[in-house]
Amino acid sequence: MKWEVVIGLETHAQLSTVSKIFSGAPTAFGAAPNTQACGVDIALPGVLPVLNTGAVERAIRFGLAVGAKINSPSIFARKNYFYPDLPKGYQISQFEKPIVEGGSVTIQVGDAEKTVRLTRAHLEEDAGKSLHEDFRGQTGIDLNRAGTPLLEIVTEPDMRSADEAVAYAKALHALVRWIDVCDGNMQEGSFRCDANVSVRPAGTQELGTRREIKNLNSFRFLQQAIEYEVRWQICEIEDGRTIQQATVLFDPETGETRMMRTKEDAHDYRYFPDPDLLPLEVTAERIAAVRDAMPVLPEVRREQFCAQFGLTPYDASLLTASRELADYFSTAAEGGDEKTGKLCANWISGALSARLNEEALDIGQSRVTARELRGLVDRIADGTISGKMARDVFDAMWAGEGDADAIIAAKGLKQISDGGEIEKIVDQVLAANARQVADFKAGKEKAFNSLVGQVMKASRGKANPQQVNDILRSKLAG
Amino acid sequence: MTQEFLNKINILGNDLGCFITVDAERSLTQAKAADARRAAGNAGLLTGVPLAHKDIFCAEGWLTTCGSRMLSNFVSPYDAHVVERCNAAGMVTLGKTNMDEFAMGSSNETSYFGPVRNPWNHDTVPGGSSGGSAAAVAARLAPAATGTDTGGSIRQPAALTGICGLKPTYGLVSRYGMIAFASSLDQAGPMARTAEDLGLLLNVMVGHDPRDSTSLERPAEDYNRDLAKPLKGLRVGLPQEFFAEGLSAGVRHAVEAAVGEYRKLGATVVDISLPNMELSVAVYYVLAPAEASSNLSRFDGVRYGHRAAAYTDLLDMYKRSRAEGFGAEVKRRILIGTYVLSHGYYDAYYIRAQKLRRLIARDFAEAFKQCDVIMGPTSPTTAFRLGEKSADPVQMYLSDIYTIAVNLAGLPGMSIPCGFDSSGLPVGLQIIGNYFDEARMLNVAHQYQLATDWHQRAPAGAQ
Repeated sequence: MKWEVVIGLETHAQLSTVSKIFSGAPTAFGAAPNTQACGVDIALPGVLPVLNTGAVERAIRFGLAVGAKINSPSIFARKNYFYPDLPKGYQISQFEKPIVEGGSVTIQVGDAEKTVRLTRAHLEEDAGKSLHEDFRGQTGIDLNRAGTPLLEIVTEPDMRSADEAVAYAKALHALVRWIDVCDGNMQEGSFRCDANVSVRPAGTQELGTRREIKNLNSFRFLQQAIEYEVRWQICEIEDGRTIQQATVLFDPETGETRMMRTKEDAHDYRYFPDPDLLPLEVTAERIAAVRDAMPVLPEVRREQFCAQFGLTPYDASLLTASRELADYFSTAAEGGDEKTGKLCANWISGALSARLNEEALDIGQSRVTARELRGLVDRIADGTISGKMARDVFDAMWAGEGDADAIIAAKGLKQISDGGEIEKIVDQVLAANARQVADFKAGKEKAFNSLVGQVMKASRGKANPQQVNDILRSKLAG
Repeated sequence: MTQEFLNKINILGNDLGCFITVDAERSLTQAKAADARRAAGNAGLLTGVPLAHKDIFCAEGWLTTCGSRMLSNFVSPYDAHVVERCNAAGMVTLGKTNMDEFAMGSSNETSYFGPVRNPWNHDTVPGGSSGGSAAAVAARLAPAATGTDTGGSIRQPAALTGICGLKPTYGLVSRYGMIAFASSLDQAGPMARTAEDLGLLLNVMVGHDPRDSTSLERPAEDYNRDLAKPLKGLRVGLPQEFFAEGLSAGVRHAVEAAVGEYRKLGATVVDISLPNMELSVAVYYVLAPAEASSNLSRFDGVRYGHRAAAYTDLLDMYKRSRAEGFGAEVKRRILIGTYVLSHGYYDAYYIRAQKLRRLIARDFAEAFKQCDVIMGPTSPTTAFRLGEKSADPVQMYLSDIYTIAVNLAGLPGMSIPCGFDSSGLPVGLQIIGNYFDEARMLNVAHQYQLATDWHQRAPAGAQ
């Protein structure tokens, strides 16, 4: 039987506020345990939560960026359960009325574009951390993370493969960083996904029973976990068993998912509106102010890039992976024509990205500025140097030897585009390689490439390859 | 002055059980600071005036127990907003008063630290949950005290001990540092011997606090500004539901006499109806336990408070710590609250109760179209005997039947003494005002106190 995979994601994005969502304690990562938790965070008797307006502002910004409805009022609710790293015995979240409702994220899977609908996004606080090591059989509690603001972003079950889920997660990750609501640091847990996965016979409409894979904090794990889970579920069903609704954990060591709890032992969270917090009203003026301060969104920038420089949607999506990257491209391609734009795009997505990756640098730390790259691209576009020579120039630029023109001059790399000069070299090569000429005339196309190679070699790589081609062809034809 | 009250507390306090903590050294240090402030010429009206704080208010360095074994070892590292404001005014903390455990009770019998006795008759209860504060003021062990009122916990003990107590409009006094029972109902207020004293203390207690999201931002006002206003033309609403079945004869008689006094003072009396009031006890005992069950989850033995001495695992630690730390009434309310919030029951109980709560508030809104203040008994009976109702929670809950609706509506309410029953126990007159009408209520109470002397009567032995 053919199976269809159905996936919905719940993503916890940590909002980039300086202080916590309901207290003034700092949110910085990596401090000594319990040094960033105040009375509110440790839930002393009598303390009360006060909503951080920065978190609200970020939630609104996200809602606007995904074209969602901003609910006013939205309601904070208590999710009640006991756990040592949950100091109040309840988590303040939003349940029936989240601040953000609806909206969508467009993803690019290969050349295909797809829209993933969002159900909602709500504000909530993070819990602390239980530390099970180093306490001689006891458990330590670190409440630094308690009260950190989160935006939980929930999709409809719109994804049909692990690839789509990863593409969505990446697009969302790029978006929350783009609009500055989350630093996206996955190692520190600032962006983590839960995946709801089910399978159903292809062509059917009814959803299969889902299992939820918790806490996936890398795109690779997300991919692996879903792929494993899908294989497992199909095997189970094909072996005649049924899937039980459950929460599972992914073990990166084994690459397998394992059961954490079933629906039967799921908590009854006893949600109810938090009487300590008033319904959150968001005025139209406030929404307008957030909208006015919103950066141009990646989708808009993508369309601009395609329209202005004739980039493919795929190339444009690579360049809009982050706002910094898009800005870099914009600066590099500024005022250029399609050819320039495409060259810039190729160089950024190719050599530059490779270098940045090798040295683990952000685009903002690139050793070659956008304008410097444009200098190089201009010399390629006007035929001064070939693409191959440009690689050497780029490497020299990266090494800090100066701008493109200076390096071309210093190394004498200027391409020979003078027809007469190339013709002379061609003549010499033809004279010295009579056998290849004969081979070519006998129909061996390979011999032509060999002759081109000889010419390039004789010019020490400087001859304009297109001109070499043209001149050689006409001479051999004559 | 502080030393004098401490001496009295020393002599009488133990018999009555008013105080959970007295710390003479701390009090006297504060008193000396107040003296210094006076000497320096920057004293306020209440600088140096001692008062007692209900043990529900966190006070830095003070044991803050909330009447519970759960917090019997909890020394607060910070001051509640109310305590902060009293301190800033130069007032001296005489001690922390006894109360029903986590403010759950109407007789002060649920306290882990033992019951409080009513100074008018030591075999009767002082009411609750602010029973310690009420008894301390009644016995003249403190000139004033703070209390909190979730369903009547200021007004009912004020009535049963023959003092004055005021629960302000919800949101006027910050709840920051006041250990939460039912957050949407809890409100702190003053307890004292006269309406004028209530006003003085209320002026100190009220104020916007950004640390409480339900604290209202309003311009400061002097709640005693209208004390002298004559009452001519005042429309007093008498809800028929307050004088129906269940009201004891002694209370009825005293309250009707008080209403007669108001007529003499120029007030006109209007019969009104609060048709949904009969639902208020039921509504309250859904909503308050629901909020309490969640508010009390933080007492888990993990970070502070009582933790069982021995346990096998995490769940066992929770179970034992909470089983040992909480008393029967608290457990009963946690169970009720957990039940009404549970999946499948939430709509039938919690949501319905919220809807009824709005109806009850609407009844008052309608009533205030016809009158300026509402009057009636504070409690259906005078002080009952210790142990009399402790075995029957429903009977106990009904002793707040006239006060609960006020909390559900968020309105201000007060109780002032208006006579005695045939056993010589004090009766309280409840005055309910419209939102933010505290100044008018104090005026109404003060004019009555100019014409009568019930508020000056003291129990035997109290000086």
